[in-house]
Amino acid sequence: MTVTTHEANVLGEDPFDTANLLDPYPFLGRLRDAGAVSYLESTGSYAVAGYQEVYEVLTDFETYISSGGLGPRDIRKDSGWRPPSILESDPPIHTVMRRALTGVINPGTVRALREPFTPPAVELTEQLARRERFDAITDLAEKYPLRVFPDAVGIPDVGREHLLPYGNMVFNAFGPENYIFKQAFAQGDEHAAAVMRNCQRENLDDTGFGAQIWERVKDGLITEQQATLLVRALLSAGVDTTIFGIGNMLSVLARYPEAWAKLRKNPKMSKFAVDEALRLESPFQKFHRTVAVDTVLGGVHLPAGAKVLVFLGAANRDPRKWGDNADEFDLDRNASGHVAFGMGLHQCVGQPIARLEMEIVLQQLLQRVAAIEPDGAPVPILHNVLRGFESLPVRITAA
Amino acid sequence: MTASAGATIDAVVDQVDIVADQVVSLVLRRVDGQPFQPWQAGAHIDVHVGDGLVRQYSLCSSPEELDRLRIGVLHVPDSRGGSKAVHALLAGTPLTISGPRNNFPLRESRRYLFIAGGIGITPLIPMLEAAEAAGKEWTLIYGGRSRKTMAFARQLEDRYGADRVHIMAEDEVGRLDLDQILGMPRAHMLVYACGPGGLLGAVEERCMGWPPGALHTERFVASTLGAAAANAPFEVELARTGTTVTVPNDKTILEAVEEVGVRVLSSCRGGLCGTCETQIISGEPEHRDAVLTEEDREAGEIMLVCVSRAAAGCPRLVLDL
Repeated sequence: MTVTTHEANVLGEDPFDTANLLDPYPFLGRLRDAGAVSYLESTGSYAVAGYQEVYEVLTDFETYISSGGLGPRDIRKDSGWRPPSILESDPPIHTVMRRALTGVINPGTVRALREPFTPPAVELTEQLARRERFDAITDLAEKYPLRVFPDAVGIPDVGREHLLPYGNMVFNAFGPENYIFKQAFAQGDEHAAAVMRNCQRENLDDTGFGAQIWERVKDGLITEQQATLLVRALLSAGVDTTIFGIGNMLSVLARYPEAWAKLRKNPKMSKFAVDEALRLESPFQKFHRTVAVDTVLGGVHLPAGAKVLVFLGAANRDPRKWGDNADEFDLDRNASGHVAFGMGLHQCVGQPIARLEMEIVLQQLLQRVAAIEPDGAPVPILHNVLRGFESLPVRITAA
Repeated sequence: MTASAGATIDAVVDQVDIVADQVVSLVLRRVDGQPFQPWQAGAHIDVHVGDGLVRQYSLCSSPEELDRLRIGVLHVPDSRGGSKAVHALLAGTPLTISGPRNNFPLRESRRYLFIAGGIGITPLIPMLEAAEAAGKEWTLIYGGRSRKTMAFARQLEDRYGADRVHIMAEDEVGRLDLDQILGMPRAHMLVYACGPGGLLGAVEERCMGWPPGALHTERFVASTLGAAAANAPFEVELARTGTTVTVPNDKTILEAVEEVGVRVLSSCRGGLCGTCETQIISGEPEHRDAVLTEEDREAGEIMLVCVSRAAAGCPRLVLDL
């Protein structure tokens, strides 16, 4: 079979410059329009932003490998800043780690979390409903996951203050070593050491996900080092992303009062609102894969060793997949198939927990808040790969 | 489903061959000389073996040859008589059958890994043919106690070559090393496994590290080895909307429900992420996901509608949708 290839369209624009990070969607539209595969001069990597190509890169984990790291550098040549996580591994190393995690985090174990996860949401939303205005990020989105998730993992109270700065390091390192990266790593050693301490078996309670992961060491499925890394993966991936998930969802719903009213009438639609918000404002916007063997994608030859920057957030707004209103929130849209949690082998194992937290917060707010609207401009966060807000002032009418 | 799905066909046993220790192959033709209805790899027929007994047998002939159907039957001494009765058949014996029907269709993929345990080889034989005809990359791992108990092993090896057909007889190489076979997940590769429950359980556990939806299994019910678990089309009543949907063999509940415009949240659509978890109001599910706990399975209160179906003998599920 002859495959005709053409050169990737070369793009001078930098996805990591401040303007494009703070307001990513205009750039992402240009990137999608530039062709199936582009070459980014600024990072020296290829880029995919259309749904079809993003889906292909995510599902073909043999051609587009993870062990080169999710950042722009190839950590196989040039070791990373920390021992590789499950995200940065390929089969067969990935396989045993994934089996261990799936055994611990699954629909049954997550269903059991609804009960302990609900009272903190009731308490927080009761307090906020008494106020006319609040900040949906600092007063709610940042507070709630920190109230419930570390307990679910079973880490001690001491050292929890390092979780957010550590998550900030982990995710910013999926971008270039720019000033954002450097700022995130300013007290890096301290944060990393504190989080690693909390991953040790003796520092975890006996019932949380952490202890259950360590159980698999006894079975011989994973090593002690892998157990430590898996608990670390939960702690680093399970907080920031959910904070942004909740915040982004509220940023969307504040702009769509009809959707809020509809949800108030039919709160069972909350899970669909969560899903559509994840599609429209995906917290995890982009990361890199590494090309393992020479290949062709979208008619473009990709050489082995090249980095491909995968724009999940752009795929989730691709009009070819989602239609002309891809940039709009549509409660009636079937958002199934969005790649906010990735897709395939590495799809987020904590997905059901994130959905649960987002749904509980939304349902509790819907009970107590008749209307919610923006109260000034939200302040987007400056982050290499995550999309979220530092501040989201809202004005509400209590129910 | 066509109206004729439940209709019976008068067939006759045209040929009986002993193809391995305790395994016979029966070639069936229609009494009226007409061709059988077209079928595809993975299909089975119902054989009415007398005394009201109906057993499912996977077809192991070629879908290209509609003038005949072949099934492989294992004699199981302690079964309820199904395979014993079929074993007693001689060429020329009339036989009532229905089907073919397909509950184990071969889905489109770039690559396939086929795993057979014992008589579980039967539905895979037409699958190998289909994969080969489509120019796909494929491998068969065929485990059994010893070569002389393993039906069709020689023919398959001769036809496709030992580089793709791996005959793993326990008395020669030990039991299947599933860690080695499945330890390295492959992209765009579907795994089709058929055999006894113990083997499939072990395969399912290994496939937890594979992409969602990679594994497709057909479980042979222990008491009637050689017969696929019954799995007719069934109805799903959507309690919230009051609609009833028929789920045919080649669609999932999720697909059938979405087709009538009812929304179900889903993500991986392969039985791994749990997003489509649905409450069961009544009816018994056959769980085909990779993540529910044994407790959940036994409680029968929830199911993942992207892969799981109604259990054999349960014509109707009522779901909270």
